[in-house]
Amino acid sequence: MATIKIPPVLRASVGGEREVSAEGGSVGEVLRGLADAHPATSAQLFGEDGELNRYVNVYLNDEDVRVLEGLDTAVSDGDTVVILPAMAGG
Amino acid sequence: MSTSSAELLRRVKSEISEIDPSEVKELLQEGAVILDIRETEELSSGMLPGAKHVPRSYLETRIEGIVSDRDAHVILYCASGNRSAYGARTLREDMGYSHVQSMTGGITLWKDRGYEVQVPKTLSPEQRDRYSRHLLIPEIGAEGQQKLLDARVLLLGAGGLGSPTALYLAAAGVGTLGIVDDDEVDLSNLQRQVIHTTQRVGIPKVDSAEESIHALNPDVNVVKYPVRLDASNIMSIIEGYDVIVDGVDNFPTRYLLNDATVRLKIPVVSASILGFDGQLSVFAPYEGPCYRCLFREPPPAELAPSCGANGVLGVLPGTMGLLQATEVVKLIVGIGDPAIGRLLLYDALAATLSEVKVHRDPACPICSRPPDEISDEEMGVFPDYDAFCAAAG
Repeated sequence: MATIKIPPVLRASVGGEREVSAEGGSVGEVLRGLADAHPATSAQLFGEDGELNRYVNVYLNDEDVRVLEGLDTAVSDGDTVVILPAMAGG
Repeated sequence: MSTSSAELLRRVKSEISEIDPSEVKELLQEGAVILDIRETEELSSGMLPGAKHVPRSYLETRIEGIVSDRDAHVILYCASGNRSAYGARTLREDMGYSHVQSMTGGITLWKDRGYEVQVPKTLSPEQRDRYSRHLLIPEIGAEGQQKLLDARVLLLGAGGLGSPTALYLAAAGVGTLGIVDDDEVDLSNLQRQVIHTTQRVGIPKVDSAEESIHALNPDVNVVKYPVRLDASNIMSIIEGYDVIVDGVDNFPTRYLLNDATVRLKIPVVSASILGFDGQLSVFAPYEGPCYRCLFREPPPAELAPSCGANGVLGVLPGTMGLLQATEVVKLIVGIGDPAIGRLLLYDALAATLSEVKVHRDPACPICSRPPDEISDEEMGVFPDYDAFCAAAG
């Protein structure tokens, strides 16, 4: 079981939670598990081609999955998946 | 048995190694550490080029911060070569510096020989008082304070993030603060924009900020830009600044700023806030990743709410703005590890500060290329730019 950190803009889509748990052996499975459990997040995370939207950064613990194996990056029990869109408030 | 001053000096000089100014002159470029151990008020007559200053009375307590290698070649001098002889003996006998010498005749003989001196900028008595708590920190000291006084920092926005940043950078003695903001003070700003006041509602933010800054520190030269940053004015505004503090409230300007600063190789201390969350990173062009390496493109407007639409905890920009101010001071003075290649994430509700790594993107449309290849037309552009801006209104 991995922990997903939910950014402020997605919290309304997961019932206001700041963290949710999700099953899955890879980053992609964990995120699709999130999208299945909370369908409102799906369009925000994934494009029509099933790939992560380019404006969504995803980290496994503190590392960008883009420099790992992307959505195929293996996730272990106790890992944290951080979803991080850009913010522009000043 | 008592010893006279003259006898003591003779004995100390016989125990240490002395070096003639002509030899020191040859060594200036060779990596020897030259230490001026006179009192601060004596420096106005000039110092050896490249010499570092530590008064004799602080020599033992500060030397390790200046020379950590006990085997480094250290040359001490004073006015005439006496105090430096005592200093040299202390460093060798009591502190284990193996290669210490005292310059014969001090700065007086050096100048008599007609060798070059540099007249350092010195702090006025009022400045030494005002910045005394900085002068006491070895990492900053008079040298670091002078760097702050000589520094030019540009603040984008005198709003939530810009307010605390401007106040603390002014207090720290940053010599020139440029402020870009085309807005006027609104009552709804005052929940967090602490540089403004109730009496100044309705006046331009740059004027209000200038008034607060000068009330705090009249040393600071404020340069006001009451304009909205855009592609037509950005290069002329930001050129010549040492560090830029990004606290703007929209994506198009953040991308535009990134592209322009990469082109001019100006580091940016960037932060953003929303609700109870803050992000901060330092973008040092070609040394670390740029904003586009971190965020390849902005989210669509519905996923990029502004503080105006979604609200922000009033103290949050204070927290993030002061983290920015801290990074600015570090960059100017050249100390510590700036947040380059790291994105700091502050969660006010959880009271946690975490970080994720940020890498240079080898395919970055901007910083993967040399600065002179980035054209005016490309700056601030990203896919669906027009749609984004239309949606953002």
